[in-house]
Amino acid sequence: MELAQTLLRSRAAAALASPHGVDRYLEQVNPMWAAHEVRARVVDVHREVDVPGHPPVATLTLQPTSTWRGHRAGQHVQVGVEVPGARRTTRVFTISSPDSRPGDRFTLTIRVNPDAPGGQGVSRFLVEQAPPGQLLHLSQAEGQFVLPDQVPDHVLFLSGGSGITPVMSMLRSLQRRTHRGRITFVHYAKSPDHQIFAAELAEIRRSGYGVDVHLLHPELGDPALSPAWLERLVPGYRDVPTWACGPAPLVEAVGAAYDGSDALRLEYFKPPRTGGAVAGGEVSFRRSGVIVPNSGHGLLEQAEAAGLSPEFGCRMGICFSCTSRKAEGTVRNVLTGEESSLPDEDVRICVSAPVGDCAVDL
Amino acid sequence: MTSTTTFTTEQLDAFGAELDELRQRVIADLGETDATYIRTVVKRQRQLEVAGRVMFYVPPLWPVAVASLSLSKILDNMEIGHNVMHGQYDWMGDPGLNSRMYEWDTVCPSDQWKYSHNYIHHTYTNILGKDRDIGYGILRMDEDQPWRPYYLGNPVYAFLLMLFFEWGVALHDLEVENIVAGKRSLADNKPLYPGLLRKIRRQALKDYLLFPALTGPLFPLTFVGNATANLVRNIWAFNIIFCGHFPAGVATFSQEDCEDESRGQWYHRQLLGSANITGSRLFHLLTGNLSHQIEHHLFPDLPARRYPELATEVREICDRYGLPYNTGRLSKQLFSVAQKICRFALPDRSSTSRQPERVAERAVAA
Repeated sequence: MELAQTLLRSRAAAALASPHGVDRYLEQVNPMWAAHEVRARVVDVHREVDVPGHPPVATLTLQPTSTWRGHRAGQHVQVGVEVPGARRTTRVFTISSPDSRPGDRFTLTIRVNPDAPGGQGVSRFLVEQAPPGQLLHLSQAEGQFVLPDQVPDHVLFLSGGSGITPVMSMLRSLQRRTHRGRITFVHYAKSPDHQIFAAELAEIRRSGYGVDVHLLHPELGDPALSPAWLERLVPGYRDVPTWACGPAPLVEAVGAAYDGSDALRLEYFKPPRTGGAVAGGEVSFRRSGVIVPNSGHGLLEQAEAAGLSPEFGCRMGICFSCTSRKAEGTVRNVLTGEESSLPDEDVRICVSAPVGDCAVDL
Repeated sequence: MTSTTTFTTEQLDAFGAELDELRQRVIADLGETDATYIRTVVKRQRQLEVAGRVMFYVPPLWPVAVASLSLSKILDNMEIGHNVMHGQYDWMGDPGLNSRMYEWDTVCPSDQWKYSHNYIHHTYTNILGKDRDIGYGILRMDEDQPWRPYYLGNPVYAFLLMLFFEWGVALHDLEVENIVAGKRSLADNKPLYPGLLRKIRRQALKDYLLFPALTGPLFPLTFVGNATANLVRNIWAFNIIFCGHFPAGVATFSQEDCEDESRGQWYHRQLLGSANITGSRLFHLLTGNLSHQIEHHLFPDLPARRYPELATEVREICDRYGLPYNTGRLSKQLFSVAQKICRFALPDRSSTSRQPERVAERAVAA
């Protein structure tokens, strides 16, 4: 197997398979054979949460090709799937299983997105329809929201809803390593029925060494997140290394509570509302001939508000599906704050907000 | 057929609107069938390619190997490559069928070809002075190209271009005729060299060194076999492509006539500047549906497998508007192209005669 992989990845093989590349031939024989690309088959789909009237949550177990380089807990992966209609759509999902090595199976825990356009989104397809054996196209694992190699003595995990996936991956990894330090695991869900991984967390709470599990349901009366509550739970929390992930209101509240402390690492699941901070000027969508006043929101949002339907993927700057050419003007990257005024620049419109006048090839 | 019908602006607008509506209907209908189709064509192409390469190990199968490899190159260049690079399958989201990433089995680099073809040729189709596909810089294919003694060699140049067609296509962007005429400097070509040399090197290595070497003592046979497959593809592609815009009855246009074109006028020029070839379904597949040059020029970004069904409707629309629809058997179209090549090798009989097919009348205001 190793020899085969080495041969297939060699320059000689690439020269023989020029210009298409070895993978274009291998896939004709077996889609799970690849020299460079990463694919996976769905091995199992297991419902985690199934509350009538609410989007279901399921865990998919994937068997990747040998080209999968493994992942670190907390990372995500781009998943491309041919939804019915034969269009391959890519979305980003966090890996919920612990650290994995090359070629290992891993799991994705996905909640159906009820707002997907046309009612037929990737998450709905994967959770409700994907049969075992379904082929998926993957990127390598990506993301900086990971534990350091030297895990601190006390770590704090804060999550809400499906934001539990990266921190659950971290928790499981630490457990596998029989981590000796202290872990405080806080999660917010709508109700006990909405709690993902409920059984596993109950078991950890019962028998876990050094793991404090707090499962809260603010809609049922539990205290909401606040600096005072955090202080009572973990005195001096601002100095405790913390990983937080979830919907924007939660992440913003955590950000506010930590007041700029270095100890906090955040992961947004939905992108932050790109606020109307720098409205003014006009956005011109050249190919459609549409001109709108600049609201300060991201280019993708403004295009959609103007009635256009640009390509998009993760809507948070990771997958590059939305890359479009900004012909001229200044845009601000809402994630990093960086501004750029280069002409004819390819930008990710989901995380680029115009500053003043701007023209885009859409 | 001549093309001197004069049109009112309203008629042209209506014509354009009908074609636009046809296009939208097809776009809304794109789906599983189109995806399965192109995947099947790709599968066959890869199978033919691998089979061809393998059969070179068995000397008695040499002609079959050449046929198989020729077919694989023809399919890759025409039904797959040309169409994929037009963006016809970008909607599938498959990077292997994406116009931005596809590289085809010929010495011309994809990005350079996309510039000269998708942009220049399809935008300025048959506009003399702008569409460099008229004559490809080395032939005289239109009366408005001034005659020079050089053009006495027209048939010879055409024959050589046919044999070495993939090289002609690769060198097309170097605009040699413009360098000779002093309109372009050698320095303008420098950015093109790295990509061009890289592609040439990879193709040459593959076809003329690596695969022959892999057959050991059969090196010379395989070498000649691969060269023959490239030659077969060159000849086929040249003949089909030349039937696209050169048969009798196809119009060319002047730059002034085409300024500020409306959508209807653009469609009109594309229609009059193109010609189809009739044939069987297999024939259409092997021409990459360039046998439907008219439909291709009206709708370059619709999957080519849709052109035959579109042709019925386009023909019906043309009939209603009294517009010509240039089509004919391969032998007929080829013969008129050959005639043209030979006729324009010679100086014009009378410098004031105007062939009725040359210029299409533009629309006059009602």
